[in-house]
Amino acid sequence: MAFLLIIVPLIFAVLALAAPSNRWRPLLVPAGGVAHFILTGFALTGGPVTALQGWLVLDPLGKIVLGLVSVLFVVCAFYAPAYLALRPDRQNRVFCTCLLGMLGMMTLVVLSHHLGLMWVAIEATTLSTAPLLFFNHSSRSLEATWKYLLIGSVGIALALLGSFFLAYSSVHEGLAPTLLLDDLVKLAPQLSRPWLHAAFVLLLVGYGTKMGLAPMHTWKPDAYGEAPGLVGALLAGGATSCAFLAILRFYQICQAAPEAAFAREILVFIGLLSMAVAAVFMIRQRDFKRMLAYSSVEHMGILALGIGLGGLATFGALLHLITNGVTKGVLFLSAGNIHRAYDSKLTDDVRGAIRRLPASGVLFLAGFLVVTGSPPGGPFISEFTILTGAVTGGHFAVAAFYLVLLAIIFIGMGTTVLRVVQGVPSAQASATPYRDRPQLVIPILVFMSLSIMLGLYIPHPLSRMLHEAAAYLEVRP
Amino acid sequence: MKAFIDPILVVVLLLNFVALGASRLRTLIQAVALQGILLGVLIVLAHGSFLVWVLLMAVATMALKGVVIPRMLFHAVREVVIRREVEPIVGFVASLFLGAVGTALAVLFANTLPIAHEHAASLVVPAALSTVLTGFLILTTRSKAITQVVGYLILENGVFIFGLLLMEALPFMVELGVLLDLFVAIFVMGIIIHKISREFSSVSTHMLSELKE
Repeated sequence: MAFLLIIVPLIFAVLALAAPSNRWRPLLVPAGGVAHFILTGFALTGGPVTALQGWLVLDPLGKIVLGLVSVLFVVCAFYAPAYLALRPDRQNRVFCTCLLGMLGMMTLVVLSHHLGLMWVAIEATTLSTAPLLFFNHSSRSLEATWKYLLIGSVGIALALLGSFFLAYSSVHEGLAPTLLLDDLVKLAPQLSRPWLHAAFVLLLVGYGTKMGLAPMHTWKPDAYGEAPGLVGALLAGGATSCAFLAILRFYQICQAAPEAAFAREILVFIGLLSMAVAAVFMIRQRDFKRMLAYSSVEHMGILALGIGLGGLATFGALLHLITNGVTKGVLFLSAGNIHRAYDSKLTDDVRGAIRRLPASGVLFLAGFLVVTGSPPGGPFISEFTILTGAVTGGHFAVAAFYLVLLAIIFIGMGTTVLRVVQGVPSAQASATPYRDRPQLVIPILVFMSLSIMLGLYIPHPLSRMLHEAAAYLEVRP
Repeated sequence: MKAFIDPILVVVLLLNFVALGASRLRTLIQAVALQGILLGVLIVLAHGSFLVWVLLMAVATMALKGVVIPRMLFHAVREVVIRREVEPIVGFVASLFLGAVGTALAVLFANTLPIAHEHAASLVVPAALSTVLTGFLILTTRSKAITQVVGYLILENGVFIFGLLLMEALPFMVELGVLLDLFVAIFVMGIIIHKISREFSSVSTHMLSELKE
């Protein structure tokens, strides 16, 4: 099962590479997405999934991320053929192959319980997304791809050094060196403290770069600004979640050490810093796709903060991982449609999106309201749970900061979003032939309904999975 | 055989300074290539045996870091017809000075970390940290895309040196995976450098400054 989950998307990737027709090739993307989705369904409901003597294990934390990645991908995959049909002039061979390859690699990240293998998989995710960013072949997308690749690779190299430090923390104590997660959690209390601390800092910087936590977020606005909306959704909801999972793995080792207090302080600090940086750059932001990137920085900060606070907030952060992922789908895909229609992503040119594109415009506005925590969206529940966790844990100053930053972000993001959706579109804006069509709107509606559903009611199996994952994360040997 | 490790690490450290002071791209790439070959030798010395997988790993490292990647970089240099050589944002003397300070800090920091006593006298940890810092320095203070790739390679070499302490912990498959990822990363970077040179008729990253707040 573990092998199938990884190999099936890769087989579809090879098929996409071999397919001769530029017109029919994009259909392989939803086919691969559906196959992966079905396999994920079996993996989540069936018995334990393990392979390679504990190298690949689907644990409760992995189940949540795997479910999120699979749902996100399958819905985005149905958007892909219609999107690529809008760009018949572009070769999509590399694009389709890399999309499916990225799915396979993200699945490998989720399943790997060997920290070295996980590193290889995360670097492979970065490499497979680089050509996706370059899809538009413009000088701006070139610049974005270069920064993404270089900053991402350097970050990940530091994460490798961190993984080595972690392995050395066991050598130093005369234990057999290992990079298997389960062994490290068992050995955690005996690991050498200074090496463990240094390792956690390096890993947080390294995988935090991939996740886009401030101050390592600098690639994000460029990459999300230039990438097609579909790629932005997969990066902001999928790839960053995988990097977050990697950080959680190391947090788990610190927790078992028990050195959680050290890790938590750093996570709370970096979480609030990310939210603050996002708030500053979101005010008066003229480019609505870059605005979404800062929103992603903000939400990664919320995730780090939730884990750092611990207790109830841990549950909130895990729920937020899902609600943020699906809501990012709404925002990036609708922003992509608006970008197509106006051929610009600056608020100077883009006005009156609700009139020009009734469906995408309304969904963009609704997505903004939901992602900033308005009820009844999913993020409202998860952000509120984190707040409750902060208050019940006695972190009043953190709670106050968190609320103030959320308010600033709501106002800053609202100004840009309202400029986009309100008003009367200029004559020039109607010049592009783009019109909303069902294939480009239904996927957004699916994401929106998922997000609202999570706000109103969390299905029992999901809530059980979340509780199991939170308990798994807090486990002590 | 372990007695040879430290002298080779000293050479690796000296190569860091060669790279920092190099004003010609050719010298810079040659320094990195030599470093790559020495890393292959270090693998055999660190393991202290001639098992098949150890030799295979050493050969793969030498081939990739010492031959294939440098050749790709030389090819890129020729391809894009680089007129001016290394363009430092921080001057060469200042870079060398910063490199020396970085190495001193690496030694100091390595001393604060507890080293297992079989590694106590060795230079591995300070050499690794100082090479990582050198890579970082080149990456941030040189403006050409190719020089940034070389900086990334040096940084990656530093991480690799630290890996010598963990030969047993890192299974063969994972090490190969790391090498493969590195290769693909450099390959993709090479393609992008090519596109940058076509787009801007220059490979300076000064041109890459359109995206900012």
